[in-house]
Amino acid sequence: MEIRPILSALMRSKVSMILIGLQVALTLAIVCNALFIIGQRLDLMKRPSGMNEADTFSISSIGFGQGFDVQSAISADLNLLRSLPGVAAATTTNAFPLSNSGWSSGLSLAPGQRTSTANTAFYFVDESGVSAYGAELVAGRDFKAEEIGFRTPNDEAMPRVAIMTRALAKQMFPDVADPVGQTFYFGGDDESEPATVIGIIDRLQAPWVSASMVENTLLLPSVLSGGSSSTYLVRAEPGRRDEVMKEVEDKLATANRSRILRGLRSTEERRSQVYAEDRAMTIILGSVIVALLGITALGIVGMASFWVAQRTRQIGTRRALGATRGDILRYFQTENFIITTVGLIAGGILAYAFSLWLMDRYQAPRLPWHYVPIGFVCLWALGQLAVLGPALRASRVPPAVATRSV
Amino acid sequence: MFAYYLQLGLRSLRRNPILTALMVLGIALGIGASMTTLTVFYLMGSDPIPWKSSKLHYVQLDNWSPDEGAGSDGRPPDQVTYRDAVALMTAGKADRQAAMYKISLPVQPENPDVKPFMALGRATYSDFFAMFEPPFAYGQPWGRDQDAQHARVIVLSHDTNETLFGGVDSVGKTVRMDGVDYTVVGVLAKWELRIKYYDLTNGAFNNPEEFFLPFTTAIETKRRSTGNNSCWRSPGAGWEAYLDSDCVWIQMWVELDSPARVEEYMAYLNSYVEEQKKLGRFPRPLNNRLPDVKQWMADQEVVSRDVEVQVGLAFAFLVVCLINTIGLLLAKFTRRAGEIGLRRALGASRRQVFMQFLIESGVVGLSGGLIGLVLTGLGLVAVRSLYRQYANVTHLDWAMVMTTIALAILAAILAGLYPTWRACRVQPAAQLKM
Repeated sequence: MEIRPILSALMRSKVSMILIGLQVALTLAIVCNALFIIGQRLDLMKRPSGMNEADTFSISSIGFGQGFDVQSAISADLNLLRSLPGVAAATTTNAFPLSNSGWSSGLSLAPGQRTSTANTAFYFVDESGVSAYGAELVAGRDFKAEEIGFRTPNDEAMPRVAIMTRALAKQMFPDVADPVGQTFYFGGDDESEPATVIGIIDRLQAPWVSASMVENTLLLPSVLSGGSSSTYLVRAEPGRRDEVMKEVEDKLATANRSRILRGLRSTEERRSQVYAEDRAMTIILGSVIVALLGITALGIVGMASFWVAQRTRQIGTRRALGATRGDILRYFQTENFIITTVGLIAGGILAYAFSLWLMDRYQAPRLPWHYVPIGFVCLWALGQLAVLGPALRASRVPPAVATRSV
Repeated sequence: MFAYYLQLGLRSLRRNPILTALMVLGIALGIGASMTTLTVFYLMGSDPIPWKSSKLHYVQLDNWSPDEGAGSDGRPPDQVTYRDAVALMTAGKADRQAAMYKISLPVQPENPDVKPFMALGRATYSDFFAMFEPPFAYGQPWGRDQDAQHARVIVLSHDTNETLFGGVDSVGKTVRMDGVDYTVVGVLAKWELRIKYYDLTNGAFNNPEEFFLPFTTAIETKRRSTGNNSCWRSPGAGWEAYLDSDCVWIQMWVELDSPARVEEYMAYLNSYVEEQKKLGRFPRPLNNRLPDVKQWMADQEVVSRDVEVQVGLAFAFLVVCLINTIGLLLAKFTRRAGEIGLRRALGASRRQVFMQFLIESGVVGLSGGLIGLVLTGLGLVAVRSLYRQYANVTHLDWAMVMTTIALAILAAILAGLYPTWRACRVQPAAQLKM
C-alpha cells in the first residue's frame, strides 16, 4: 500500500484531520488518567479489613435518666447477647474498622520519649474481642476474663497488657522476630507504666480508611463506656446474620426500657458506606470514559462517511483504473491509522502532562508508563472499528460512478 | 429574515437526521456532564452567608506539642481548648462571639406515643443566633444573662418541634433530656444550610442540629462533645482535668465588623497567647489565625478533590464533544457548497450566508442545551444516589438552568463559527460550473 497518495490527500483536508487527531489525543489523555484513578480506588476498596465482614454487625445503647447503671447494663446485655441462638461471639468495643471514627494515640518505646514511635487506633474489648471481630491470632495468647477492666473517658490509667496487629508490631519493634513479651508506653508521659504485648493478630484495620496508619490497631482489655452508652459487636454463625440482627434489636429493647438503641449496622453496610465516595468516583469516571470513547468513535464514523461521500467519484475512477475493493478498503483503513497515530502521539504527551498537573495539584501518584501504550492499542482498535463501516461502503462504490456526472 | 433562516436551518437539519442527532447528542452529553459537575462544585463552594461571610472569623490558636505540629504545613489545630474558649468568651473583645460544640442527648418525650430518641444538638452561646442568623418561627434566642446563669433553656429545630409538639408554638413548654428539664425559649423555622460551615471539623455535610442549648449549661451537666476531640498529651483523670487540659474540641467564632477590628482582635489573640506562654502553655511559636468563612471553607477543603477533578474532566469531555461537533458541521456545510453557490449567485451576501449557517448551528446548540439540561437533571439525581450526603448541593436553580442553556448555545456557536466561515468562502462561480 502506497502511503504517499494518502498523505497528500490528507494534506488537502488538514482541518478535518486535525479535528479527529485532537479528539483522539484528548480521549487518550483523559482515558489513561481516569483509568489510573479508577485503578487506585479499586485497590483501596479491596483491602481486607482483617475482620469477619460477612457475619458481624454492631449496635449501640444509650441509657438515660438518673438511675441508669451503665456497668451492670453492659454485663446484662452481654449475657443476653451470648445466650441468643445464632450468636457466635459478642463483645463491647468502642470502634470498628471501616467506621471513620474512633480513638487513636501514639505509642513509645521509653517513658518521656518526645515523639512517638507509632500511631495506632485503640479498640477496647473484653475477652471475646478477638473472636467477635473474627481476627486471626497468629502469636501469643488472647485476653483472659480477669484482665478485663472497666473505664470511662475520664479515666487515665491504661491497661497493662495488649494485643497488636502485625503491622503495628513491625513498626514498633522492627528488629524483633517475636514481638510477644515486648513492652511499650502510652504517649510520652514521664510517669506512665509500661504495657506488655501478649498477642499478635494478623490484621485488623483502624477505623480511618484513608489514614496512613490504617493497619495499626491495638486491642486493650477493658470495657469502655462513654458515660451511659455502650457499643456491642456481634458475630453471628455463618449465614444467620440478618436473622440475628433482628433478634438482637428486639431482645435488647425489651430487656431494658430506659435506653435508646441505635446504629444497628452490619459490617458489610459499613464497608459500602465508608467507600461510597470512592465507588462514586469510579462510576463517574467509568461513565465519562464510556461516553468519551462513544463520542470519539461516532466522530470518526461521521468524518469517514463524509470523506467517502466526498470522494465517491475519485473512488469510482480508481476502481475503473483497476484498484480492487480491498485496495479501497485498505486506503481508508490506512488513512484512519495515520490520523489516529498522529493523534495518539500528541495524546501520549498530553496524558503525561495531565498526570503531572494532577501530581502537582493533588499530590497524586505518577501515571505508570504502561497505561499509555495500552491506550494506544485500544484507540487504534477503536479507530479501525469505527472506520470499517464507511470504508466498506467506499469499497462497494461501482467503477461506473466515474463516468457519471454529479 | 431570522425566521426564514430558522426555517431553512430546521429543514436542513431534518434532511440528515442521523448526522443531526449525532451533533445534538454530542453537545447534550458534553453539556450534561459539565453542568452536573459544575452544579455540585458551585453549590459546595458558594458562600453560605454572603452578606456577612467576611465578618465572621474562625479562631485558631496553636497550643500544640513543642515536638510536632497539629496539621501538615504548620497549621494550628482546627479547634480550641475549653480553657481558651472560656477565656475568649469572658474577655468578649469581639463584636459578637460564640464558642460551640457538638453534643447528642437522649430526648424523653412526655407524649407516650413518641419513643425516646437521640437528638443531635449544639451547645453554644446566645450570640450564635445573631451571628449565623437561623430564622425563628416562635420565640427568640436565650439571652446573655441566661448564658451566665447556666439556664436550663433550649431552642428547638422545626423538625424537633414537629416531633415533640406537633408543630405548635411550644415556647414555655419543657423538654426532658437525659433526666433534665429544659424550657423552650424559641423554635426555628426550617433552616436549610447547604454547608454546615460553622462546624467543618465534624463534617460540612453533617446533619442539621435538632436543638441548641447554652454552652455553660452543657458544661455544668458534664456533657462531652460527641464530635472530634484531639489531645497531644494525656488530659489526666476526671472531668475537671479534661476541662483544664490541652485537648481541643470546641469551635470558636467571632464577628468583627471591619478590617480594623480584625487587626485589633488578632493583636488581642497574640497578647493572650503571650500571657499564656508565661504560664507554661503554648510551647510553639506564635501561630494564631482568624480565617473568615470563605477562607475557612477553602482551608478545610469543603469542595473535595474528587469534585474538582470531576469538573476538570467533564469540561475536557465537553471540549471533545465540541471538536466532534465542529467536524460534523464542517462535513455538513461543505457538502452544501452547491446550495451556497446558488444562493450567492442569486444575490445573497456573505453576511447573509454567514447568518444563515450560524443560526443553523445555534439551533443545534439550543436543542443540545435543552437535552443537556434534562441530562443534567438526571446526572444530579445520579450524583445524589452515589453521594448520599450531597443532597443539599445537587439541586438545579434558575442561575444554573440559564447557565446551561447559555453554555450550550455559546458552545454550538463557537463550534459553528469555523465551519460557517468556511461555508461562506465558497466561490459561487466554482460551484455553478458543473
